[in-house]
Amino acid sequence: MNSPLYGPAKALRLAAIGAVMLAAGVGFAYAAGWIGAAKLTPQRIIDTFEAQAGHYPGYRKNHAKGLCVSGYFQASGQAASLSTARVFSQARVPVIGRFAIGGANPYAPDTAIPVRSLALQLSSDDGQVWRTGMNNPPVLAVSTPQAFYEQVLASTPDPATGKPDLARQQAFFAAHPESAAFRQWAASYKPSNSFASTQYHSINAFRLIDAAGAAQPVRWQLEPQTAFTALPGQVDDKLFLQHDLQQRLAQGPLRWTLRLVLAEPGDAVDDPASPWPAQRRSVDAGTLVLEQVDAAEQGACRDLNFDPLILPHGIEASADPILAARSAAYSESFNRRSRESLGTGARP
Amino acid sequence: MKPEAFHPLARLLHWLMAVLIVAMLFIGVSMVSDLSLRHPLLIELHKATGLALLVLVLLRIALRLTLPHPPLPRDLPTLQRLAAGASHLVLYALMLAMPLLGWAMLSAGGYPRPLQLPAIAPHDLQLYAVLRQAHGWAGYLLFATVVLHLGAALMHALVRRDGVLRSMWPGPLRRSD
Repeated sequence: MNSPLYGPAKALRLAAIGAVMLAAGVGFAYAAGWIGAAKLTPQRIIDTFEAQAGHYPGYRKNHAKGLCVSGYFQASGQAASLSTARVFSQARVPVIGRFAIGGANPYAPDTAIPVRSLALQLSSDDGQVWRTGMNNPPVLAVSTPQAFYEQVLASTPDPATGKPDLARQQAFFAAHPESAAFRQWAASYKPSNSFASTQYHSINAFRLIDAAGAAQPVRWQLEPQTAFTALPGQVDDKLFLQHDLQQRLAQGPLRWTLRLVLAEPGDAVDDPASPWPAQRRSVDAGTLVLEQVDAAEQGACRDLNFDPLILPHGIEASADPILAARSAAYSESFNRRSRESLGTGARP
Repeated sequence: MKPEAFHPLARLLHWLMAVLIVAMLFIGVSMVSDLSLRHPLLIELHKATGLALLVLVLLRIALRLTLPHPPLPRDLPTLQRLAAGASHLVLYALMLAMPLLGWAMLSAGGYPRPLQLPAIAPHDLQLYAVLRQAHGWAGYLLFATVVLHLGAALMHALVRRDGVLRSMWPGPLRRSD
């Protein structure tokens, strides 16, 4: 055994050991993003939502205003050959859902926001869970998280008017030609008078995996079986859509057809801004039946993160970068509102 | 008679877990601030490795309690002896707590778990908040303890030049001089 060191030799080695420990700490801080170039993070996106719409403790950080519903999904069996996911063959799959309007303000009037959403959790009898968050536009305006962040910044309310600066938004769209399909949708959008008669889209593409392991890129949409009626020009009730939904569900269940739209080679499967040609083959996967709306503060959907990457066996993510970013940002929103709920109680 | 070095199985487990734990700490701290396509891959990797580490730590605790292990050098000052004991206790506690906290927080958050493992905590948003934060802080503490452990091992090897690092050396042992 060697004898212990003293003097300068010892000092040098102590310094080397200190340097190794310091380097480990610096490497960790770099991996965490505490040092180094600032990059776009889920935290920054949520911070920006809150900076624009305000801080509402306990609420979701986007699509903050919503309510919980429940029902079931009735598979048609027609999608079973495309995907091994049990939801496509099980006769009756329990569903927890959430209708919401876009934006981070939980007090916005229901009809002030064009974007509506329906998020679902389908729990099949093989223990698998499928969560999907769908919006009424069929596409996004952007293809990447960075462009999404720029779009959010471009919609920053002007402090003087409280409304977004139109010139700034126009400049954004001019700089982002990929937003053409979204702008076309926005220009022709006629809001219906109900969540029930609204169609919802997965926006991002996914992959259906069949029994042989083959992948079929897919987008899905929920087509309302409730007839379209236009939203009245003047609406005074800030909870118009929520009240409408409660009234309709008091009279009976509401139905949507879950349609799987199948991509063909060459279709943009990783770009949520790019629509697929209208004549793509589609499959009626079954019927969503919503039966019940829950009381505002205590629905079963409240404590769920509708992370679109919570997928059952038989459905996989595409390489769409927005899909990964949605998953990361939803997680950050869920973490924050759960922390806030320690002080305020959970919100819908 | 106490051995001079750890049992080969204990050494194998130590270094295997060392690699996995350091990887986990870096994956964990980077994935939460990442929104690229790496994010979902890192999350999957984090959960799978976490589960593997839970199995490994149970095995490791069993080995620690059953196999004889070498004593600390006799001339080690009392304070350092206490620090060594305490830091190893903290390491074992955190190695066990980290995967259990991860599993429990997924349960409380209503998230699916790898291999469809059962929930070990009720689905409750406020409980999730506590467990999620505990998982994060325990991770920072584990990283700090691992760095101290590394520093202490280097102190033994380079300054005190006793046999402590050699007793856990991953390769074949040299004959003791």
